[in-house]
Amino acid sequence: MVGVAKLVVMDPKGRLVSGGSSAKTGIMQKSIKESTKMLATLVRRAKSQPPITLTCNLLHISQLISTHPLHHNFSTTTRAPPPSAAAKMEAVGVLMMCPMNNYLEQELDKRFKLFRYWTQPKQREFLAQHAEAIRAVVGNATAGASAEVIDALPKLEIVSSFSVGLDKIDLIKCKEKGIRVTNTPDVLTEDVADLAIGLMLAVLRRICECDKYVRSGAWKFGDFKLTTKFSGKRVGIIGLGRIGLAIAKRAEAFDCPISYYSRSEKPNTNYKYYGNLIELASNCDILVVACALTPETTHIVNREVIDALGPKGVLINIGRGPHVDEPELVSALVEGRLGGAGLDVFEKEPEVPEQLFGLDNVVLLPHVGSGTIETRKAMADLVLGNLEAHFANKPLLTPVV
Amino acid sequence: MAEGLQITKIQQSPEIIVLGPPSVFRTHGKELSSRFRSLRPWESPLPLAQFLAAQAQNTQAALCSGTFSLSAAVLDNLPSLRLVVTTSAGVNHIDLSECRRRGIAVANAATIFSADVADLAVGLLLDVLRKISAGNRYVKNGFWPKQGAYPLGFKLGGKQVGIVGLGSIGLEIAKRLEAFGCAISYYSRNKKPSVSYVFYPHLRKLAATSDILVVCCALTEQTHHMIDRGVLLALGKEGVIVNIARGAVVDEKELVACLQQGEIGGAGLDVFENEPHVPKELFELENVVLSPHFGVFTEESFGDLYELMCGNLEAFFSNKPLLSLVSEE
Repeated sequence: MVGVAKLVVMDPKGRLVSGGSSAKTGIMQKSIKESTKMLATLVRRAKSQPPITLTCNLLHISQLISTHPLHHNFSTTTRAPPPSAAAKMEAVGVLMMCPMNNYLEQELDKRFKLFRYWTQPKQREFLAQHAEAIRAVVGNATAGASAEVIDALPKLEIVSSFSVGLDKIDLIKCKEKGIRVTNTPDVLTEDVADLAIGLMLAVLRRICECDKYVRSGAWKFGDFKLTTKFSGKRVGIIGLGRIGLAIAKRAEAFDCPISYYSRSEKPNTNYKYYGNLIELASNCDILVVACALTPETTHIVNREVIDALGPKGVLINIGRGPHVDEPELVSALVEGRLGGAGLDVFEKEPEVPEQLFGLDNVVLLPHVGSGTIETRKAMADLVLGNLEAHFANKPLLTPVV
Repeated sequence: MAEGLQITKIQQSPEIIVLGPPSVFRTHGKELSSRFRSLRPWESPLPLAQFLAAQAQNTQAALCSGTFSLSAAVLDNLPSLRLVVTTSAGVNHIDLSECRRRGIAVANAATIFSADVADLAVGLLLDVLRKISAGNRYVKNGFWPKQGAYPLGFKLGGKQVGIVGLGSIGLEIAKRLEAFGCAISYYSRNKKPSVSYVFYPHLRKLAATSDILVVCCALTEQTHHMIDRGVLLALGKEGVIVNIARGAVVDEKELVACLQQGEIGGAGLDVFENEPHVPKELFELENVVLSPHFGVFTEESFGDLYELMCGNLEAFFSNKPLLSLVSEE
């Protein structure tokens, strides 16, 4: 940012003022020399216009502006004397998109100037009013940085996601605008893989149903029915990334033969590769979704795949709801065309199709894949660490863009 | 002519007395009865002793469930008995010294259930730590949209797992949990030189250094109530206990008290001291997962069990070595 001034021009209502070919949105990024010249022009124009606000992120230009009596509302993102690193960061506006973690929220509040998107009844106005200040967005699997949000935040420099999935971030837009993006890989791999296995066991061995059976007192009247053995079942994995590999490693300990479907075959594994998802589904007993959500993988588990998996097959989804054609899945389960399902994610969380509630071969969880105290803290620390690294001009910890 | 052959066939089928009856008899009773003539005391109005006195004086083999108490008194009414085949791996319900004294061989289910029981142990543990049953209830009761995010669970990876009794089932559990990144140690009567897991000769020490305790040992006089309040307190406020062995290895009253008082963090229980009775105080706890002693209740295991039982009975009746003789130890 050395040698460059960002000038933001707003009217008293906080609306960005357009004017001049390079100032469509009232934001100008210029060299210091050019900025000084532009200032002189603005001052002249301001004489015949209502008061405008000029903010600037370079100290000496800010001081220039502040001396001029025509400018009523003056704000700056820097202050004199030169601030310490922490104080500088305290002035950095961070927009948190939804509640996700108390520790993260508290730390963001302490270290930065935190804006809570979900507390705002009028979100558009809120963004416009604070667009000035917001230089970072913290999102998660529920809400991230869509094109709309990015466009509304001209000062946005970094999006730090409290998730490993990036499907809620317009990555192309971020790349175009030079906005950095970070996520939380590795720290949650084990927990998500653990949950995938936990769901497999819960569905095949009907653990949740048994717990209900005992609690209802039904055991006094008879034994529970026979369930299905998990050990030795064929496990098919969609996406053999970090999480897919961790699932494979765990399932192997149960003597489960592993196969997978991926964009390309992975070297250095002994697992059987299928270049066709229908073939994978036809040749496994348990199919688990473990790939990233992209336009290509949306609804990758469709009716054909579900049919191939069959009335004895079980689907486990710890990826993203939109990986699966949810209405097709629901009808397959209700009609008995699919043997069972363990689902941690849904197309429109927190809404879950109610037709699934009464099925004892279906286990439903409220998106808790990474939901342990240990892992959420590690994820929060990564988000904080990435933000601090960025604003201290240090290398990002887990950059994606 | 065909009829004559049929009658001869039935007469030639060896006779067995079925005691319990074992659950596998419910699923495979018909097939079993086509291979062996089975005496079924529960179908008779007579009390057991009288039934045996009237019908089973010449019966040489018994098929017994894992919960039927095969005591000296019962054996008194089976004077010709030479073999007991129990459908369980555990033999705590059989008076082994009496059987030995009378020259009665005992065959059990050996290790055919080990994988299924180990799977359930891991399943119960994951359920307790990650709140799977509780989360499933939450969603199916419609609470997610109204009440928001569900409370966080606990990570399994990196935890210290203490296995009580490193037999066939204990080893299968250890192998599985290692893949989840757990560190395994164990308590056993004797150290096992062939394993690399850390051995603790004292149970309380094992509990003190473990985050998770998995009970996998046989029920004997020595192991009765072996997991007492001291062991539970050593396990600690964040500790989790999983019991897939026998209810009576754990002092159930103390376990319930510790759970209620928050002295331990959670429990996954497949077995209880007085099945099918389960202390109702446990029903109010969200950090407890309960299952109705169904560690072995899979189609696959029951099929395997049926084959093993028939194999043992057929071996016996043709004077061949038994497939799963319980050795005298």
